Amino acid sequence: MTAANQVENPFQPEPARIVRQYDLIKDHRFFQIRFTDMERAMSFIYKPGQFAMLSLPGVGEAPFSISSTPSRPGILEMGIRRTGKLTDALFQKKDNDIVYIRGPYGNGFKIEPMVERDIIIVAGGLGVIPLRSILYYVLDNRDQFDELYFLYGSKNPDEFLFRREFFQIKDRDDIDCFYTVDQDSTGNWTESTGFVTELFKQIPDIDPQTTTAVVCGPPVMYKNVIKELLKLKIPKNMIQMTLERRMKCGVGKCGHCALDHIYTCMDGPVFTYWDTLHFRELI
Amino acid sequence: MRILKMKSDFLKEFLMSLEKFGKLYGPKREKGILTYAPIERFEELVLNGENTIIPLKKLFHPKKFIMFHFDDEGFKPDYSMIEKRVILGAHPCEIHGVLRLDDVFLTDPPDPYYSGLRNSTAIIGFSCMPSESALCKSTGTDIVEEGFDLFFVDLDDFFLVWIGSSLGHDMILEREDFFDDKVTHEDIQRYIDWRENRDTLFKHSFNFPAMPDIIELSYDSEVWDYFAEKCLSCGQCTMVCPTCNCYDVNDVFDITTKTSGRRERIWDSCMFVDYSLVAGGHNFRGTRADRLKLWYTHKLKAFANEYGRPSCVGCGRCVDTCPVDINVLTVSEALTRCEVPKQ
Repeated sequence: MTAANQVENPFQPEPARIVRQYDLIKDHRFFQIRFTDMERAMSFIYKPGQFAMLSLPGVGEAPFSISSTPSRPGILEMGIRRTGKLTDALFQKKDNDIVYIRGPYGNGFKIEPMVERDIIIVAGGLGVIPLRSILYYVLDNRDQFDELYFLYGSKNPDEFLFRREFFQIKDRDDIDCFYTVDQDSTGNWTESTGFVTELFKQIPDIDPQTTTAVVCGPPVMYKNVIKELLKLKIPKNMIQMTLERRMKCGVGKCGHCALDHIYTCMDGPVFTYWDTLHFRELI
Repeated sequence: MRILKMKSDFLKEFLMSLEKFGKLYGPKREKGILTYAPIERFEELVLNGENTIIPLKKLFHPKKFIMFHFDDEGFKPDYSMIEKRVILGAHPCEIHGVLRLDDVFLTDPPDPYYSGLRNSTAIIGFSCMPSESALCKSTGTDIVEEGFDLFFVDLDDFFLVWIGSSLGHDMILEREDFFDDKVTHEDIQRYIDWRENRDTLFKHSFNFPAMPDIIELSYDSEVWDYFAEKCLSCGQCTMVCPTCNCYDVNDVFDITTKTSGRRERIWDSCMFVDYSLVAGGHNFRGTRADRLKLWYTHKLKAFANEYGRPSCVGCGRCVDTCPVDINVLTVSEALTRCEVPKQ
């Protein structure tokens, strides 16, 4: 018995089954995953904005944001883009196939500064995948929060993720949804066109002192969205963003996501705009 | 901490007697290269103060090892590399280097591989004289106060031996007859003279305490571009640095099958172009200047915010190793003077 056996191995991947999967859009697939051990499925407690490491033996391991909400426990949902060796192999998997998961990692969104405040969720492209977690979390705990605005933009209607879901929640009267595409190539898009920043014009007057914004999108989107949020006078520390970095461990050891003295995997992936003024490489 | 005295004549017998506490390792010449390796005979051990090319980290954070074996049943951790060991001849900067690695690998959640190796290994430190490029006086790492089981200061015909742990004390008890607890005034004077003499032998220094501020203020300095222009991105600085801990993880199938294999950890370098590359092709540090800045920020500034002190231990290996003279000394000088080095 060595000393190491007494320490829990934070890198131990745990088996989980693909319960259901379907294509969101071309090369983007939605996975529902459940740990094979039912007890583990229920004890895997996470926060919106956290991520998990997904492994396929022999292929590798990578971080993926969790797209489901902890308010609906038992099943983990991930929206995954096919973009490399690991995701190629993952897209070959069938229902009931085994994948390996460890986590959850990261700080997640700070819920406290959202409670009893208005919330603006701004998503661009794939950025909606991690934000879907906080979106449903707020909807499932609706009485804890005030007004909810959901702004989502994609390049064109064919790349609009979770289209059915998001058009369903549009009908609810406890959320204001604003959707846009950069360009409508299909001719049957019924919502706005233009960049996601243009949706801000449609938001009714808000009180910036009681509003929290949550943002995720491609690197180019942040600057413009933040400009809009600052125009609304939302305090810099009330703008939360979730960021992406290369990661190999998830627990602050491998060094890849280091940035000044912080690790994106431990101190992030959620940062406030105020944080980014100190850590200039964040966005 | 108790300090004892041991006649130099006893060194060989005492060190070799430590075999009963674990497999002996120490600086040893292999194919002309000084490296930490298993020690079979006392004569193999190089205790002249010379630095190994690869630092002591290789015994705690091995260049490459198997983390897990996988098959249809899943992933099983492999801790087979963990064995009882006694490391002989670690210099103060090496011990400081391991303490900095502790900050990373033992912080919650602890890395079971590193902590396993660390907990099963005794460290017998040895004093040294400054090498040509030593900077440990500047970084305050020329002396150690913790992180060893025993520490030997070589005063020619005798050693002063610091006992740093209960295990170190057990080692002394094994050969109690070798040690004398009567340290005379004369011995103390010899030690003071040794330290004073040693302090005069450093050829280089830099303003280590000022570096965190200077690095912060130099974020947009053209000094980074100057060094980036020269940098070969070869990653040697990271391999020889006692406190570089970055690693990559790879899965490898066994030759005979497509279902079983191993997950390996292997050293990585933040100087490599794909270090911050993410899926889809976005590279957060595509330029050499950004990667160099990350390294020096980490060594001279950032680590302090997280763990109380910057991570450079002043061993001088980057000074000896970088083929184009980019190192802690040239970079800190350029940043301090706000000018690029003269050709």
